[in-house]
Amino acid sequence: MSDPHNIQADRETTFLLAAETAHRVREISVGRLIRTVRLGMRSLWLHRLRSLLTVLGIVFGVCSVIAMLAIGEGASYEAQEQIKNLGSQNIILRSIKPPEEQKAMDRGNQSFILQYGITYNDAQRIQATIPGVTVVLPARNVREYVWNISRSVDCEVVGTVPWYPEMRNHRVATGRFFTKADMDARAPVCVIGAEMVPILFPIESPVGKDVRVGSYYYRVIGVMEGRGRIGSGSPDSSGGAEGHRMFIPIETARANYGEVLMRRRTGSMEAERVQLHEATVKVHSLEQVQDVSEAVREIMRRNHKKMDYEIIVPLELLKRAERTKQIFNIVLGSIAAISLLVGGIGIMNIMLASVTERTREIGIRRALGARRQDIIAQFLVETVLLSGTGGLIGVLLGVLIPFIVSHTAGMKTIVTLWSPLLAFTISALVGVVFGIYPAMRAASMDPVEALRHE
Amino acid sequence: MSGSIVTFSNVSKTYHIGTVTVNALRGVSFTVAPGDYISIMGPSGCGKSTLLNLLGCLDRPSSGSYLLGGQDVSTMEDDALSAIRGARLGFVFQSYNLIQQLTVTENIEVPLYYQGWSEAECRAKARELAARVGLENRLDHKPFELSGGQQQRVAIARALVNDPLLILADEPTGNLDSISGADILRIFDDLNKQGKTIIMVTHDDDVSSRAGRAIRLRDGQIESDVRHRS
Repeated sequence: MSDPHNIQADRETTFLLAAETAHRVREISVGRLIRTVRLGMRSLWLHRLRSLLTVLGIVFGVCSVIAMLAIGEGASYEAQEQIKNLGSQNIILRSIKPPEEQKAMDRGNQSFILQYGITYNDAQRIQATIPGVTVVLPARNVREYVWNISRSVDCEVVGTVPWYPEMRNHRVATGRFFTKADMDARAPVCVIGAEMVPILFPIESPVGKDVRVGSYYYRVIGVMEGRGRIGSGSPDSSGGAEGHRMFIPIETARANYGEVLMRRRTGSMEAERVQLHEATVKVHSLEQVQDVSEAVREIMRRNHKKMDYEIIVPLELLKRAERTKQIFNIVLGSIAAISLLVGGIGIMNIMLASVTERTREIGIRRALGARRQDIIAQFLVETVLLSGTGGLIGVLLGVLIPFIVSHTAGMKTIVTLWSPLLAFTISALVGVVFGIYPAMRAASMDPVEALRHE
Repeated sequence: MSGSIVTFSNVSKTYHIGTVTVNALRGVSFTVAPGDYISIMGPSGCGKSTLLNLLGCLDRPSSGSYLLGGQDVSTMEDDALSAIRGARLGFVFQSYNLIQQLTVTENIEVPLYYQGWSEAECRAKARELAARVGLENRLDHKPFELSGGQQQRVAIARALVNDPLLILADEPTGNLDSISGADILRIFDDLNKQGKTIIMVTHDDDVSSRAGRAIRLRDGQIESDVRHRS
């Protein structure tokens, strides 16, 4: 009978060795992790509908945040582009009719000529007194109909200087802009906006043709680049869309229209004298824009008793737009946080139910050698799989929706790279955070109790 | 003493349920030699389940010591106990306790999985054991597709997969008809002949008589400890 005892002793030593190697293998756990993930996937697949409904909160949270961010980003990009088109180094002065004068005129007091706005003196003063100012770009605007035989378009005729395109970041698409020689010669030439072309010249090329404004004819020498749709709040849309602008040399404008504008109204005449409708001040460097704009404000305030001008600083608008976008992002971030929180709680709720439902399985696994951390890993992996899958579906939908929106509604949308990445990472983290408690609960069960559970 | 697999010395277990204190085991001492086939009997509430839980390292004694294969497991940490369960013990339950969403092979693999065996090793070993209990044609079936007897055979295969020091069976034939039950008991007999040490809790005298040694419990103490064969 001594034989089996010896065998037993041998077996004992081999067991100890086996236990040791087992522990060592446990440390190398990549393969185990993959198996745990597969196991988790199967458990979740077993309750497909439940899993789907569980992750819906995360899906909607992630998807709406990415979609909203993309749409917001697109909108703010458009706004910023428009502001940038004004030139971030520019300060734009505009003449406006002072409100009290407007009232006086409405009362029928129309016998005098209304005088207001920026003067040539203002422009010279700014040029002379403020350091760091390159060019003062004056412009005279007249609202008129532009005709090509029987076709006409309501447009703003802008008398300006040859360096206008360069200063306002507005390039000539075809043909050329007028030169200083054109200006000095008071040449009857014009450059029209791209948006006017299809209306005035639906078939032929406009360059070289003549257009009529009032009783004057102008030869079209160039077409400006199109600038796309302009929102109603655009600071540059004093008269219609920017595209509906026609540029002529400022001297030509002065010669043809003088400084007094006459306009017929029902039953009365309206006359106003405006020297410059617009002037653009270009500042040398971006850092100086703020100071120069203050100085310009000061000069204008001293020389004008009435508020018959406005000062637009695109850089300020840009900063304001950026701030608005920041606030938008914070609001969006809060919504995202709340929706992920709600989604996470939903997942936790289901996982707690699942743990209770699978008490017996936990008991069996514990009896067969699973440590607490094995159980934790099993349930945590399931939760992370849930929230990660939800995040992934959310990202896909969230990228798809802006795509559809921009194709159907024609809105510009921008999906930044970081937003899907961040959303996905956070949703996976939500799985970890909200999975820990159910997993701990599963692991802390007494194996004896768990095995007895029905 | 080094020859014995199990050494229980004056083991007691006390439960506190609310304000009531239950002395489930009161100073139980016995040893189990390699190759023993022991049946544990006794009326309900006598401490059979408690004894089996302690033997199975699912629970720790309130006092006394328990040596399993020369190691004192009565004071071990939870993780160490898990390792012992996984490496040295095999469980067969009355209600089979298979994991419903896993196939036959996967159920058999579970103990090896927690010991860090590679997938291929697990698979090979599980197939080998499934064949040993006559289930080589049912490898990819789920438990609910099997009869009670077949499920219990899966459970036995699972209990054997880690080549345990001790097999603990809790009324393994309790849920089976007499034919399947006899089938299962025959497997246990064979295992014992191959040198496996088995401790089986049962209500049935016939089952008990197959075992070489019968321990009878009453009120948390050993009433009798009889060897049928020498």
